[in-house]
Amino acid sequence: MALNSVWVFAQGNKGTPNSFSVELLTKARSLSENVSAFVAGDGTALAESLGKYGAKKVYSTGDIGSRLVGVTAARAMKALIDAGEKPDLILFPQNYDGRDTIARLSVKLGVTVLTNNVDIAVNGNEVVATTPIFGGNVLFATAFTGAGPHLASFRPKSFAAEECGGAAAQMVAVKVPDAGATGAAKVTAVHVEETSGPKLDEANVVVSGGRGLGESKNYQLVEELAKLLHGAPGASRAIVDAGWVPYSYQVGQTGKVVKPSVYIAAGISGATQHMVGMKGSKNIIAINKDKEAPIFAVADLGIVGDVHKVLPKLIEALKSRG
Amino acid sequence: MKIVVCVKQIPDPATPGSLDSSTNALKRDGKLILDDSDAYGVEMALQLATAAGGGEVSIVSMAPNGEMSGMRTALAMGAARGVLVSDPALAGSDALTTAKVLAAAIKRVGMPDLVVAATESTDGYTGTVPEQIAEVLGLPSVTFAKKVKVDGGSLKIDRQTEAGYDEVECPLPALISVTAGVVEPRYPSFKGIMDAKKKEIVTVTAADLGVSPVGWGGAGQKVSSVSQAEARKAGQVIEDDGEAFNKIVAFLETLKVI
Repeated sequence: MALNSVWVFAQGNKGTPNSFSVELLTKARSLSENVSAFVAGDGTALAESLGKYGAKKVYSTGDIGSRLVGVTAARAMKALIDAGEKPDLILFPQNYDGRDTIARLSVKLGVTVLTNNVDIAVNGNEVVATTPIFGGNVLFATAFTGAGPHLASFRPKSFAAEECGGAAAQMVAVKVPDAGATGAAKVTAVHVEETSGPKLDEANVVVSGGRGLGESKNYQLVEELAKLLHGAPGASRAIVDAGWVPYSYQVGQTGKVVKPSVYIAAGISGATQHMVGMKGSKNIIAINKDKEAPIFAVADLGIVGDVHKVLPKLIEALKSRG
Repeated sequence: MKIVVCVKQIPDPATPGSLDSSTNALKRDGKLILDDSDAYGVEMALQLATAAGGGEVSIVSMAPNGEMSGMRTALAMGAARGVLVSDPALAGSDALTTAKVLAAAIKRVGMPDLVVAATESTDGYTGTVPEQIAEVLGLPSVTFAKKVKVDGGSLKIDRQTEAGYDEVECPLPALISVTAGVVEPRYPSFKGIMDAKKKEIVTVTAADLGVSPVGWGGAGQKVSSVSQAEARKAGQVIEDDGEAFNKIVAFLETLKVI
């Protein structure tokens, strides 16, 4: 049974939607004929591109100024629902603002949330979300039982984005009710950290380092190898917690989910928390001195050896190829 | 400054997780430890209280059993007292119910100036409970705080974003969730551990707090099936003889990466 109405929490920069938005819209189209996008901000520039992926309407709050997205978006969505809109299901990205919004909205509506999903389907009268647990070894299918709207958030790259050639979406302006005390936090400055090379979650090759590197200065081997392969450097939680590299480098359950063509794990043992973030890679190469390390169970090529010896030789060999 | 930290006691992540075969819930019946992620919250709270010129750090937690060992760790670090919502009826609660229960427990401690939580737990990682607590309590919130300073009656926070970070100002009372690595959690001292044994942990039930329904009945979700994911097959594993890097080069060549 198709759903009457599905919303997608969409985000973008200038005229370009982020990858989450187009992935979720593609999925939404398979669940309902009536797909709308919600943008916390001025969505005008996104109307055309979101339409191409199947959004018929774009609910847009207009510029939200210094307000935080979560509390603002949740109030605007609640106001739409109070005014008679009836989405059966709202799809959210598993990212900072998506998480804040789904959490605030769940309290406002008094409904449950299902997060960290990788799939969703309608089975008869039930909406069922799929979540991997135990490092992705077990798939949990959970059905919503209460009344809608059902709220679900999804991991990156859960769905392959596909255009459907839809016309520009119709813009619908949404008023944001005053958030009172809950809206008291204000953004005073925005910092964009410059990164060179491809983004971690979009790169074709990712080279990640872990505690096996021994000390923070050895991380430069990882960066050098990533650069030679036109890839992005990543990290395990252990060395992020240790302060060797910023959090934005972290691959794993609490970091980024990556699915590159090639993933090279250097000095990473393969804790569940890390494996969740990289197991979907097409090819995995692991270098670790402990031959019992769990990472070898998922590696296409595993080298039992010292990263301090293997990486420099590999880097030299790649350099000599020019 | 009065601060309440929400902490979770979880099964040791070093031991593999398992599911209860009758309910398909995560088993949480053995010895529980303080979630690593929460050690950052406790440390942050202790440091903020000191920076604000003193105050009290309390902890709240929820468990289907009476387990307190994880809470004792937080008390040994320096928290003053705790409230544990311990109730078998809580088993199967969804994130919204959890947030309502913890919000009620925070009120039981006495409404603080600041509530601190981790961004998500290591075992369940729904990742919405802190923000849900803020909404239940009517507080502003800043999630994914990676740097926090007290400035009079408000907080100055660096909040993690996809592109970098935002500077956010938030008046108190408020709730924050802190990322791992935000501060270096202290190890409890021997004296701290001894003192923690004498500190008060008040145990209450969901009914004491007036929260109902809880547990499976209050959850807006049910497990419909559990299946094994397609396992990824292991490939070739070789010992480095000094020339293994050549294998990597050859593999990259076949993949046309170089």
